[in-house]
Amino acid sequence: MRVGIIGIGMTAFRPSTPEYNWKELMFEAASRAYADAEINPREDVDSFITCAEDYYEGFGIFDEFVPDQLGAALRPTCTVSGDGLQGLANAWMQIQTGLIDVAVVEAHSKASDIVTLDGVIEHALDPIWNKPLGAHPFVVAGLEADAYLRATRTSPKALAAVVAKNRGNGLRNPLAAYGAAVDVDQAIRSEERFAPLRALDISNPADGCVVLVLAAERAAKKLHANPVWIRGIGWASDSPSLETRDWAGATYARLAADMAYRLAKVRRPVTEIDVAEVDDRFSYKELQHLESIGLAKRGEAGTKVVHGEYAADGRLPVNVSGGSLGCGNVFEATGLHRAAEVALQLRGDAGVRQLDGVRVGVAQSWRFIPSATGAVAVLGVGA
Amino acid sequence: MTARISRWPGIELRAADLYDGKVTQTRFHPDAKYAWSAGEAMSRFLQELQNGRFIARTCHKCERILFPPRMFCEECFRPTDEWTYIHDTGTIETFSVSYLDTDAKRIAEPILVGVVSLDGASPRMGMMHYFGEMTKDDIRIGMRVKAEWKPAAERRGSVLDVRYFRPLREGER
Repeated sequence: MRVGIIGIGMTAFRPSTPEYNWKELMFEAASRAYADAEINPREDVDSFITCAEDYYEGFGIFDEFVPDQLGAALRPTCTVSGDGLQGLANAWMQIQTGLIDVAVVEAHSKASDIVTLDGVIEHALDPIWNKPLGAHPFVVAGLEADAYLRATRTSPKALAAVVAKNRGNGLRNPLAAYGAAVDVDQAIRSEERFAPLRALDISNPADGCVVLVLAAERAAKKLHANPVWIRGIGWASDSPSLETRDWAGATYARLAADMAYRLAKVRRPVTEIDVAEVDDRFSYKELQHLESIGLAKRGEAGTKVVHGEYAADGRLPVNVSGGSLGCGNVFEATGLHRAAEVALQLRGDAGVRQLDGVRVGVAQSWRFIPSATGAVAVLGVGA
Repeated sequence: MTARISRWPGIELRAADLYDGKVTQTRFHPDAKYAWSAGEAMSRFLQELQNGRFIARTCHKCERILFPPRMFCEECFRPTDEWTYIHDTGTIETFSVSYLDTDAKRIAEPILVGVVSLDGASPRMGMMHYFGEMTKDDIRIGMRVKAEWKPAAERRGSVLDVRYFRPLREGER
């Protein structure tokens, strides 16, 4: 059964949103998604899925607080404790059962509500094995960046090129919080943080909310929608132990992509994918992820980004939205934002950053420090 | 222990053994602090508490008066329409008599808690709070009560600006 995205709603991503609480933020994104899909959530939606981590929210049993602002009061709802793309996979599966015709997926970040963000992220480290060391949790990214750069002989200049590209792309995205004209020299000379990572290699937190409406093919037709099809979706986790996982490659991304490509019947991703949005919450992650999901050969992504191949006018546009470096780190909403951005491109609704002739795109997510979990979705338009 | 068992097998652990480090353990105090934005509706609600008033939002479609106030109607899924004050009197919908405090210690004077539907709001709209100036023998569902506010100078924009709900007095309605 074909399942398509028939509604897209997003708030702007901002460093902080003191004027709204998280429920009001969610109401805005949901209202936009339902207006886009031209549906009434009180009548047309069969299931609502939210993606959240209680520890980011600052209160327990987040799913209890969900229904009202989504139009889901007295309706089936559930929460996936994971990234938005994992929520998308769950909605896709619910529709595949045949019990659900229309499903809604929501993910958001209200990172500005977290006073001690570093402390909250640190709490994700293994309490007996790693946490007693007391290192800043972003050290994990430094360790991985170091292993990746060495194993693939990628130059630090490539990381700076990712930063310059994505911050620059953010300038053409009105929803982005951190669009800026940053040049390679500026990035490569920014303050050292977790070597080899520097200040500009690390995305900054943002608030924002993304809501997508999904429908089975028949339901989409009945609603006169013009769907962006979810051709394939996959997810996987590497070892949670820092000491046994693959540092150089992102194995979780490779396995998730294998599953998504198998479902989508994509055999040669390099030639079949027109546009990609991949997790770049640390600059090296964009390159590592591109190689892991088969869009570049191992060790080649760095050279390609330096040569402009991933620019909006390059051979494979990557993170035209600005990515997390340009839009901000929206935590569990990161993957859903990327799926929304690919869908907008495929629909031809990406505004001034619209690409020509894109028919198939890929969105890839990672569940942030210290996880080795990710998901991949292949989206497409037409028959 | 039971009549037949005077001692359990194994090693008994006491709290002191943990505090004295006689047991292998890992301690960590998470640094997790939050400062939630109250948002448009709750900010106004908290502000009005300082004035000793309850404020609600109306939805013109379902014609309900929503309390606590919210910027969206969960029934109609549309933005709500207007601010309106409601009364600080109401009716007890449900209550419980708590013989344990928050530390699970038994207390001599039980705490009375419950949910009050407030006058002027739509049915089953109100707030959970304590009850005072009554005993566990007086309290009953359907009882008419009124908010007992802290003095204006002590109000902080918190639901605790109301000390408790008490029975309506002679002449009050």
